[in-house]
Amino acid sequence: MANVIEVRDIIKTYQLGGSPVQVLKGVSMTVTSGEMVALMGASGSGKTTLMNILGCLDRPTSGSYKLDGREIATMSVAQRAKVRNEKIGFVFQNFNLLPRTTALENVLLPMSYAQGAPAGAKLRRRGVEMLEKVGLGDRVDHHPSQLSGGQQQRVAIARALINNPTLLLADEPTGNLDSRTSEEVLRMFQQLNTEQHLTVLLVTHAPEVAHHATRVIHIKDGLIESGSPQFAPVGQSSSSAGVT
Amino acid sequence: MPAITATAVTSVKALRRNPLRSALTTLGIIIGIASVIAMVQIGEGSSAAIKQTIKNMGANTLIIFPGAAASGGVSFGGGSAVTLTSADAAAIARDCPSVSAAAPVVNARMQLVHGSQNWVPQFLVGSTPAYFKVRDWKLKSGRFFNNDDVRNANEVCVLGQTDVKALFPSGRPLGKIILVQQVPLRVIGVLKRKGANMMGMDQDDIVVLPWTTLKYRISGSALMNQNQNAASSSTTTFSPSQLYPQTSQNLYPAVSSVQAADTPNPVSFPNVNNIQVATPDSAALPQAMAEINALLRQRHHLLPGQPDDFNIRDLAEISHALGKTSTLMTDLLTGVALISLVVGGVGIMNIMLVSVTERTREIGLRMALGAKPTDILSQFIIEAVVLCLFGGAMGILIGQLLSTVVQSVFHWPIQVSMPAVVASFVVSAVVGITFGYYPAWKASRLDPIEALRYE
Repeated sequence: MANVIEVRDIIKTYQLGGSPVQVLKGVSMTVTSGEMVALMGASGSGKTTLMNILGCLDRPTSGSYKLDGREIATMSVAQRAKVRNEKIGFVFQNFNLLPRTTALENVLLPMSYAQGAPAGAKLRRRGVEMLEKVGLGDRVDHHPSQLSGGQQQRVAIARALINNPTLLLADEPTGNLDSRTSEEVLRMFQQLNTEQHLTVLLVTHAPEVAHHATRVIHIKDGLIESGSPQFAPVGQSSSSAGVT
Repeated sequence: MPAITATAVTSVKALRRNPLRSALTTLGIIIGIASVIAMVQIGEGSSAAIKQTIKNMGANTLIIFPGAAASGGVSFGGGSAVTLTSADAAAIARDCPSVSAAAPVVNARMQLVHGSQNWVPQFLVGSTPAYFKVRDWKLKSGRFFNNDDVRNANEVCVLGQTDVKALFPSGRPLGKIILVQQVPLRVIGVLKRKGANMMGMDQDDIVVLPWTTLKYRISGSALMNQNQNAASSSTTTFSPSQLYPQTSQNLYPAVSSVQAADTPNPVSFPNVNNIQVATPDSAALPQAMAEINALLRQRHHLLPGQPDDFNIRDLAEISHALGKTSTLMTDLLTGVALISLVVGGVGIMNIMLVSVTERTREIGLRMALGAKPTDILSQFIIEAVVLCLFGGAMGILIGQLLSTVVQSVFHWPIQVSMPAVVASFVVSAVVGITFGYYPAWKASRLDPIEALRYE
């Protein structure tokens, strides 16, 4: 299996009040195609910084990051925007749907920045297909305010999938959901992972979320603490939660 | 460019998502453009009214006087040459492209009689129908005389308001007969009031009749102040004054044959006192003067180096005043327009800046989903331009409405100005780009990570 994510010795340093603060201190990790990986860590562990770099929203101070075989660390802002558009599907904790905009238009939002995207009826059909896939075929013209939290997150997932991404990057996707809808959303990720071999990276601090993944990577104080390439049993993830 | 089209669609969608905010944003432009349109239309209306007034005074007219005749080294003064004819007037109207009308004029000062009333008008004018066009006379009732009346030297006349009052205290002059030097003239038309001219002379104290009638039936000579030679000339035309001589016996001895041979009677020239010429507007005056000069020199067979036997006069003072007035008016309006548009533009920039802050999360999301900084930049600029163009369109409509209301309520003249409408649209777009640029630039420089986390 090809490596979707290949990170080598990533260091990220911020300037805080004139003094440099090293947030990532040489992170190396790989995620192969078709994996569903959970990235776990407490706040301040560098988890968010690593996620931003993996999501091509930020650049490492040094080190190499290859996404789908392409070096990201040296790319310009516009090039990274193109990579985000073509390779990555984002799912956020707070859904980030545009208010007063229909579910369908929210789903089609990435397409307006895609090159060679279909137009008109063809585009609309693709958006409706995506909404049907997440079970919202009857909510196409609803505004986010008319949808429940779980439904909103499913719209966001449909939006993340519309560009056929290589990597689905979910940042605390269940943080704003109750346990029942959380379970629904996570099962949807699992389903996408097993049925369509979509590579999923779940960023979370909650062990019950992480145990849906096939592998858990722990990050602590800017370093990868543990990350078994094998399936992580429930017991291990809960014990590691105790460590952090 | 499909990318721009997509961005434009995005922008319009973003604007429609918050119609109230969009409407408030564009309000400044709506008010700005509306006031500009209303101002310009009312301004151009009054400017046109002023121009019309000045035109009534004759700012776009030229007067061609005959030059000086001389006999044996004795000049007879300006206007004494007899070379200016009605044929010249016809030729000027026909051959000079900058001339809209040309009328030959024969002047006289004679007494009018109707019943027990009599009056000597300030202007007793013999001319052609073109005269009414040149002097911009309007009819109050009846009709102008026509070219047939001129050709046949018909005994008809058109009266000004002052003469109507003087001769017809009871009113109704149409169809009545007035006498001029015992020649009966039928009143066929009454002119509209024009008021005093620049010199304070009453322009309504006027009688206009075919020049042929005045010259050949009434005065019997072209000029009242004719030179000595011409004064002794007589026309072969029948004239009542010859039937009933008013003069006493000849005090001087009869002219001997030798004397007669020495001073032959000149042939009767169909000369006129002056030719009045109108141009479409005062700007065409210099061109018209050049054309007329060339034409008349050719018609009068003047060799190069020979002096003109005519003088062309324009009312330079009036046209100067006209130019100054309209320039001042335009400058004033441009100033007002600029100020209100800048205010509108600042309003747009203000709300766009607020909007960028308010929509930080949206911008962050768009960037995360693959929007390049240039995409965000163009989206916000297009939003501003669309708002401004919409505001411009609304402003044009409201301004139109406003000036129409002003016209019907205050009875001010207005004039629809196409250039103002086009300029408003262009200025709206420019304002949109100018004042939309900074907020858009700010939006495009946002860090997507920060923007996504913005609460």
